[in-house]
Order: sequence, then C-alpha cells, then structure tokens
Amino acid sequence: MNFFLTVVLDGLIQASWLFIVALGLTLVFGVLKILNIAHGSFYALGAYIAATAVTTVAAHGLPPSFGFVAMLISVALIGSAIGLLLERGLLKMFYGRDEVVLLLVTYAVFLILEDATKLIWGVNPIYATQPYELFGNIEFAGLSYVGYDLVLLPVSAAIGVLVWFGLNRTVKGKIVLAVIHNEEMSVSMGVRVNRVYAVAFAFGVLLASLAGALTAPKISMQPGLSSDVIILSFAIVVIGGLGSVEGAAVGAILVGLARAASVHLMPQAELFMIYLIMAAVLMFRPEGLFKRETARRI
Amino acid sequence: MNHFARIHRTAALLSAVTAATLALAEPVSAEESFKLGIVTFLSGPAADSFGVPARNGGQFVIDNLNKAALPAPYNKLGFGGMKVEPVVIDENGGATKQVQELRNLYEREKVDVVLGYIGSGDCLAVAPIAEELKKMLVLMDCGTPRIFEETKYNYVFRTAAHATMDNVGLIRYMKAKNVKMDTLSLINQDYAWGQDSRADFVAAARQLYPDAKVQTDLLPKFGAGQYGTEISALVSAGSDVVYSSLWGGDLQAFILQASPRGLPKRSQLVFSAADHVLPPLSDRMPDGTIIGARGAYGLMSQKSPLNDWFFKGYEAANGIYPVQAAYRMSQAILGLKSAVEKAMDKNGGKKPSTDELVAAMTGLEWQSPGGLIQMKLADGHQAIQPIAISRTKYNPDSKRVDLVDIQYFPAECVNPPPGVKSLDWIKGGMQGAKCN
Repeated sequence: MNFFLTVVLDGLIQASWLFIVALGLTLVFGVLKILNIAHGSFYALGAYIAATAVTTVAAHGLPPSFGFVAMLISVALIGSAIGLLLERGLLKMFYGRDEVVLLLVTYAVFLILEDATKLIWGVNPIYATQPYELFGNIEFAGLSYVGYDLVLLPVSAAIGVLVWFGLNRTVKGKIVLAVIHNEEMSVSMGVRVNRVYAVAFAFGVLLASLAGALTAPKISMQPGLSSDVIILSFAIVVIGGLGSVEGAAVGAILVGLARAASVHLMPQAELFMIYLIMAAVLMFRPEGLFKRETARRI
Repeated sequence: MNHFARIHRTAALLSAVTAATLALAEPVSAEESFKLGIVTFLSGPAADSFGVPARNGGQFVIDNLNKAALPAPYNKLGFGGMKVEPVVIDENGGATKQVQELRNLYEREKVDVVLGYIGSGDCLAVAPIAEELKKMLVLMDCGTPRIFEETKYNYVFRTAAHATMDNVGLIRYMKAKNVKMDTLSLINQDYAWGQDSRADFVAAARQLYPDAKVQTDLLPKFGAGQYGTEISALVSAGSDVVYSSLWGGDLQAFILQASPRGLPKRSQLVFSAADHVLPPLSDRMPDGTIIGARGAYGLMSQKSPLNDWFFKGYEAANGIYPVQAAYRMSQAILGLKSAVEKAMDKNGGKKPSTDELVAAMTGLEWQSPGGLIQMKLADGHQAIQPIAISRTKYNPDSKRVDLVDIQYFPAECVNPPPGVKSLDWIKGGMQGAKCN
C-alpha cells in the first residue's frame, strides 16, 4: 500500500508543474492555432527570473518567504509583458500565413531566447533554493517529502480550476471559447479577435514562466532547461488533446504517474513509458483524449 | 692596412662560424611557437564544474610556461623554448559537432596537437578522427575505459586514469574503513560515463563485498535536473550505501533535493567524482559523504613544490582552489611538454614532427601536481595515477567543506595491469594489484 501511495504522490508532484506548463501550451494552441516551440523557453525564462528575484532578496537579508513572493510577482509581471510584446511585435505580423511559418517563427524565438538567457545569466548552473525549505517536511507513506513539493499540488489544481472556471463560467471566457470554436463568426459578432489573441498568448507565456518560477527553488538552472520541458509538454497536450484544459490535466497526471511507476518498477523504461502512452492514445484517439471531433468546414 | 683587413676578415669568419654553430645548436627560432588546440566545455551543464576550471588551469599553466615561471623540472620556457599558443574551443554541442571542430583545428587552424575533451561520448567520437588524420590527440579528462579497451590507437593518448580507478579506489576505501554494505542502491546518468562507472563499481563491490545485494539501480538521463521520484525510490529502498557517479549540475541538484528528504541520514552516500561541487554547495553538502576526485587532487592533493605552486597560484589567479578538472588539464599540458622536450632531445633540438611526438609520449612518465603520471596501459597510450578518497566535513570557521579521513592508493593498486581489460581484471579478483 505504501508503495502504491509513494508512486501516486511522486507522479502527482511531477504532474503538478508539468500541468501548468502544458496548460499554457494548450491554451495558445486552442486560441491562436500556434504550436509554440518557444514555450519551453518561457518556462526557462521564468525559472531564471525567479532565481534572480530570490537571490536578490536573500542578498538583502530578507527571509525566504519574501523571496517566494518576490519571485511570483516578478515572473507574473515580466512573463506577461514579454508575452504581450512578442505577440504584438512579432507574431501579429504572421497571422493568416501558413501554420508552418508560425511554427518556424516560434522556433526562431526559441533560439533567440536560448542565447538571450545565456547572455544574461551565463552558462553556469544557478540555484535559488531558499524557498524550498519554506514549508518544512511532511511524512507520508513512510517517506519524508519536502513541503514545498506538496504545496505545488493545490497550487496547480487551483490554477487549473481557475482557468477552467474563467473560460467556462465568465463572459470573457465565453468570448475566448467563441474564438476557439469559430474565429470568423466571432469577428462578425463584434469580438475583437486580435485582443483575444494578445491576451491568450500573454497568459500562455505567463503560465509557462510561472511553472518555471515554481520549480526554480528545487532545480539547478542551466542552459538546455527549455528543450526537455517542451518535449514533455508536447507529449502531455498530444495525450490530452490540443486545446483542452481537462486534457492537459489528465495528460499531465498520466505522464507523471507513468514516469513515477517506471522509476520505481522499471527504471530503464522511464522515457519509453511516456511515449508508449502517447502512441497508444494516438492509435485509438488521434485527436487526443479530450478533444472533441469537429465537423470540417467547407 | 693589410693587418686590419686580415683582422676584419678573421672577425667576419669567426662571426659566421659562431652564427652557424648557434644555428645548429638552437634550431628552434625565437619566433617559433607550438600551436595547441584546447577543447573544453565553455558553456552547457559541464562548463561550471569541469570545463571552466579546466580552461582556467590550462591558462594558468600556459601563461607561466610562456614566462618560464614553473618550478623545476618544468622551468624551461614554453615547450622546449617554443612559446605555447593556445586555440581554445567550446566542447558543448554534442559529438557530431566535436568531430567537425577537431577537423577544423587540424586542417584550418593548423594546430600541432589537440588536447582536451571532458565528455566520454566526445572522446569516443573524436579519437578515430585523429587516428584517421594521423594527428596527435591528447584526451585529458573523459573517464570511460572503453576508448583504448575496444580500439587500438597510435596517435591518441589519455593522460588521466579512467573510471576503473575511481570505483576500485572507492570500494577499497570502504573496505579499509569498515563501511557496512549489505545492500546497495545506485543512481548514474544514462550514458557512457554513468554506465561504465556503474559497471565498475558493482563489479568491484562483488569482489570485496560478495554478499552485497543491489536493490535499486537508477539511470536517469543526463541533465534530468529533477530527482524527486528517484529519491523516493532510493529512500524507500533504505540501502546501506547509495553510490553515484553523477557530476556537475546534476550532482548538485541531486544533493539539494536528497538532503531535505533524509537520504544522507538513511544511507551512506558514496560519490565517485564530487570534489568540484564542494565549493558551490558549501554547508549544503552532507557531512560524512565518501567522495573521490578522480585522482589525488585539490583538497586531497599531496604536498610537493609543484603542487604547492599550482594550488596557490591557481587560487590566487581565480579566487577559488583548483578542483579535479584543473589538475587534469595541468597534468596533460605538463605531459605534452615533457614529450615535446624528450623528442627535441632526440632530434637535435628541432620542433618535433607528429611521429616523433607520438614516440616520445608513448610510455612516458612525468610528475604532475596530482602525483606521478605513468603511460602504462594500452601500449603506453593510457595513463595510470594514484588516487585519494575521503569524507566530507563542513568547517564553520573557514565556511568551507574540508576533506577528512583521507586515504591514498598507489596507481597500481587501483588500475588494471597492462593487457587486461578493466572489467575482466575486476571480475578476476583484481589480480596483481600492488597496494602496499
């Protein structure tokens, strides 16, 4: 029983931050129909910004809780500002072009951000571990877990519920859903689609950088951080269905549990298991678990 | 008039003879230099822990060689009077890129020798290229034993011992210190270095701890960064010993995540190459961890005029004491200097050809800051050296992790003899080891 609980908890901890990244990715795809290759770079950017905030606060002799708050505020401000700037200053110019062009534009952004992070933060690993000890340790299933990891579970769930509620139970959310379902009809009904695009992209970037910030205290920030995350995020949204909030949640949980079970039972198959699930889902539901099949417009 | 003319002619003749004699005695002109390609990680996850310290170590030694400021026997300027001209390139970017960069160094930059490489995958990729081009390559750091055990090379040398030494040294240390190991868990990166280290450690454990049982055997990918699930598996297993060859940012992340979850309290941590993470981790490094440094390096190095010069000079130049990569770069450069000067002694002082250099380097022995280096394996192409193992203890006064309970093992105690594959030697009971 303890073993089962350990696997589940490890899987959920892994899923918690992956879900936040994947949620941003799936939202951007749902609204803008852009497969954003640069999404992992925003995750890395958030982690680096958080590390800077935490170390700056610590250097001034302030307690780790201040660092935690500072990292969230700085990432929220900088992440959304960068998202807005990129959407208004770059992506807007390519709307209406082939989807492959937009894919290549986001790939270019990925390459630029990779080098930009190296220029700003250098190539050496950076740590910002002070907030990691903020919530102490908790005993569970015979093991000691760091409280910070467990706090990520309700945080991630709250973000998921808020996004779902915002999309499905508010007027502005309904407008976003209208753009997702039929952009032309939305325009004809007076929806300012460009504004929806800008807000959705900025929000997607904000979620990616927030996930980076939340994981920053427990990892070492170093070049290459973004590519691993984007691969896992793509696997999650493919499993769950591109553009689906529920899909991102279920996909993240499946990936987290598959990885945890593999590490505990068959470590050699860790990566294989994730892609096995993805392949199985694609075989039986090519649109992903939660994406509704839509009629083809002629 | 005739008298003065005769004197003038005699003086001119004497001058010409003197000049000719000097030219014969010192064929290397003052302008001649030795162009040395240096490859090390300047970016990426290996840069901070290995690549940059290696670059700094190389820079420090070369700067001083070019000023003839090293202690004896290395006090001659540069390499045999030739100034050393380094061409440093970044090892980051993967093995395919390194193959192309190596060709560029030889064919475009016209370097005399290429020296470097930290990644085992990179070493395995570039060695056949140097052999194909018939150019001399000195591997200075990478640890996989497979390079010379699977292929025979004429133009390739490795001036540092391979991973077998690290793991045999660890097991011998644990046995000497009566460390209990009825059960064992492992976590190593899933590539050449991690897998080879794991195989050597398990094989050596089977010899000195025949009843030890392997419980959890994890192989996360290189650069994984997050080890929450792996730590759960290791803590759940509750083994007497947890062994790892993780290094750099991965090792730091693992320790930072494992310590608050109580892994160091539940199991004896044993790391094969961990000295380089002591300065950045400081008091977050658990006390009592058994570590190796892949040699008798840094805080485990032994006193000698050469080591004192290197340790203090490097520390003064870089603001931090030298760790293993800096030592291995210095020993590679000093080995190459010894080979160049040995070849020049034989050829009358001319700049040696590649073949003359290869002949001089084969089977060479030289003193380094980390002790005596002997090219004894792989027909004189693979080095053996002594190793030190110790335990960590944080010193709150100096705010530094000290290394205590240090034990030294001679090179021939922890390295296989010539002609025997490492794993076969370990599995055969480490026959012929000279430990006294």
